[in-house]
Amino acid sequence: MTAETAEPASKIELPAGVGGGGEIPTFDVHLRVRRYNPEVSEEATWDDFHLTMYGTDRVLDALHKVKWETDGSLSFRRSCAHGVCGSDAMRINGRNRLACKTLLKDLDTSKPITVEPIKGLPVEKDLIVDMEPFFQSYREVMPFLINKGHEPTKERLQSAEDRERFDDTTKCILCAACTSSCPVFWTDGQYFGPAAIVNAHRFIFDSRDDAGDMRLEILNDKEGVWRCRTTFNCSEACPRGIQVTQAIQEVKQAILSRKI
Amino acid sequence: MSATIESPRSGRIAPQYRRTGGSRGNFEMIAWLFMRLSGVVLVVLIFGHLFVNLLVGEGIHAIDFGFVAGKWADPFWQFWDLTMLWLAMLHGTNGVRTIINDYAEKDSTRRWLKTVLYSATVVIIVLGTLVIFTFNPCPVVDGVPLPGGFCPA
Repeated sequence: MTAETAEPASKIELPAGVGGGGEIPTFDVHLRVRRYNPEVSEEATWDDFHLTMYGTDRVLDALHKVKWETDGSLSFRRSCAHGVCGSDAMRINGRNRLACKTLLKDLDTSKPITVEPIKGLPVEKDLIVDMEPFFQSYREVMPFLINKGHEPTKERLQSAEDRERFDDTTKCILCAACTSSCPVFWTDGQYFGPAAIVNAHRFIFDSRDDAGDMRLEILNDKEGVWRCRTTFNCSEACPRGIQVTQAIQEVKQAILSRKI
Repeated sequence: MSATIESPRSGRIAPQYRRTGGSRGNFEMIAWLFMRLSGVVLVVLIFGHLFVNLLVGEGIHAIDFGFVAGKWADPFWQFWDLTMLWLAMLHGTNGVRTIINDYAEKDSTRRWLKTVLYSATVVIIVLGTLVIFTFNPCPVVDGVPLPGGFCPA
């Protein structure tokens, strides 16, 4: 990480410390990563890495540094690395977060930083889990527009207020941080999970959609919304700040008011 | 030691995650609603019960066999206690049922715990209901009143 190639001299003179002129502080971190390799052992173990990182680095950068410079066998998912694709949800210091949105300087660097795969889904290798059960629940709530009316020639118009109704739940990036933070999901993995409910909410409350009743009927299942215990783990875990628990409560109310 | 790893994206879902037999019907919804409604009613019933038993009049010092007998001679308190018994038992049973569902990991454990739970609930509800309605403070056995000192000789 030493910058050998000198930057071309700036045309504007900036005093050090202004506009990125200052040096980025470095610090040492102790990274403790949960490793699992079914080809070697059925047991998962902890691996420790000591790294010198910069104040601008995220947990993902630390993982990259390990993979690129120390141990190439370390496996984790990441795509965009900027908090949009939702690939790198993991359990950092016991909390579900996106590695690409968690700055090392915001964590307690005096203690080891633990990195584990998200809980409740089968681990495939190191930090990679099998997301298939998660996506199956997502598919079951039919996360697509179903409109029984005539196909419009241009677009389906919607008022700003109608759009606002489900704005929060459109933000989901399907990272599974919420579902894998839910204690009810941990037990047996039967619960639909917050993410599926959030994505159902996005269409149930969309004025252009006609299949809200079908989705409510699906979520009225014994593994549906009624298994939510409002522990708020999901709302806390969501890297997009979606009020997940509130969305689940709104779906509960919608089912209730439809039935009664 | 090598393990065979299935090829990715084969669309398979680990069997323990597969939802079997969708439950049609609204049982879980009704159970959820019952918890909230019974909870509200129980707050009134239980604090009323505590207030009347522990604070009114001589308060806690007045409680004895005769006090309970006196209360159950009144249909109002019979009804109050019966409602409290049923709601509290069903509310509690449903709560524990939920906890078992959430924490028991094996289906067999779940079944056993629920069997014990439901048996206990039935016994307590039946016994309690029987006591509230058939309670007789001055039973007479073979023409001889049982000793007690609460009853007029």
